[in-house]
Amino acid sequence: MTGLVLSDLARSILHGLGITLLLTLSGSALAFVCAFVFGLGRISRWRSVRIFSIVYIEIFRGTSVFVQVFWLYYALPAFGLLLSPLFAGILGLGLNVGAYGAEVVRSAVQATGQDQYEACYALNLTRYQSYRYIILPQAFPRMLPVFGNNMVELMKASSIVSLISLADITFQAQQFRIRTGETFLPFAATLIVYFLLYLGILALVQAAMRASGPKSMKV
Amino acid sequence: MTWDNHFIILILPRLMKGLQITLIATLCSFALAASLGLVIAILEKTTRGIVHFCVSGIAHFIRGTPLLVQLFFLYYLLPYANITLPALACGIAGLGIHYATYLSNVYRSGIEAIPALQWEACTSCNLTRFQTWRYIILPQAIRPVIPVIGNYFIALIKETPLLSSISVMDMMGEASIFGDMHYRYLEPITMVGVLFLVIGLLARGAMILVTTSLSAFRLRYGKPDNGPKISEYSIEMDSFRDTVL
Repeated sequence: MTGLVLSDLARSILHGLGITLLLTLSGSALAFVCAFVFGLGRISRWRSVRIFSIVYIEIFRGTSVFVQVFWLYYALPAFGLLLSPLFAGILGLGLNVGAYGAEVVRSAVQATGQDQYEACYALNLTRYQSYRYIILPQAFPRMLPVFGNNMVELMKASSIVSLISLADITFQAQQFRIRTGETFLPFAATLIVYFLLYLGILALVQAAMRASGPKSMKV
Repeated sequence: MTWDNHFIILILPRLMKGLQITLIATLCSFALAASLGLVIAILEKTTRGIVHFCVSGIAHFIRGTPLLVQLFFLYYLLPYANITLPALACGIAGLGIHYATYLSNVYRSGIEAIPALQWEACTSCNLTRFQTWRYIILPQAIRPVIPVIGNYFIALIKETPLLSSISVMDMMGEASIFGDMHYRYLEPITMVGVLFLVIGLLARGAMILVTTSLSAFRLRYGKPDNGPKISEYSIEMDSFRDTVL
């Protein structure tokens, strides 16, 4: 009997793990793109781009990710845009964490010394060249640890998609609780799986830091 | 379906009722987080061996797992331990404990920024451990991290809608109930978002006031500010290094 219950639990959590991983990875990819686009947009030469980026960052940092995901899922249909729960989840998580990441990109780029910009200017590099070859390679290792923390936040926030009926780990745990009446088992297992994901992300970021570290030191 | 202003007037009283709950939850859980976080930070600093391992391990575990699952855990499992709390108290406990683990990191970097000289001076003045912490270490450790604590306060405000998932009738709870009743979600959820934006801006304004008045106070009464500068960024760096290395 217990064996059956345990294998049922393992199966449902594995099912949920797929969704959680999918959400975390694609949400992070979207957040990564948003972070660079709006982080660099915020210090752009063009006023309109700057204002647009600031509005985006303030709106998504100013409200809760929970409200954002709910808004995308429940309120957008009013404008004729019906998103699937998965898409709403990825979009909400990615845009939210992207706004936090944009601030990280901005501060890391601005922390690059003024002399670097002057050197670019002296070498007559174009703006694209100086960002691509001089500024960003130096700023990137500085962003990585904070990106890692942001990714952990995203992974944790992904549990809220269970409330818009997406079958991630948390949702599966709830279903299991309703199905079997067991309470401790599903939630304890869920917490442990999330903690393992957390450790996995930390290891991933550490590997990325190791890969990007020495290259930037070489001058 | 388009935006309906009439509908706003209908939900506003309910949202205001929810706002009270949101504010109560925010303030209580922040008080819990600030005090428990300090306890964790001091425990991490003063204990060795197995106790230290347990304290920081539990803190890491709480920091690494989603608040939502922790809330479910508390809400569904406390009754089995013969503790029946109202949903709001349960939510406050969950939020408070979760943020305590974040704030303990903040306090810790404040404590670690204090030069060893200060500890040695306490020893040579023959202060007891309590006196050392109470009069020398904590006042110097906490003041520079107050802006960072403020940032976490704002982050905590934005986590409160999660409490609606354990049936706390905060703003989000009221909005979704209302949405379910009328099958209209656009206005309620948008209003909740706008209200959170306003609350967040107010909180940030209050934080700027606190920070500037603190530095004005220091300029007028204290020594010139040569103390350590601690930013959220450096704390994140530290906590990350700690976890990984």
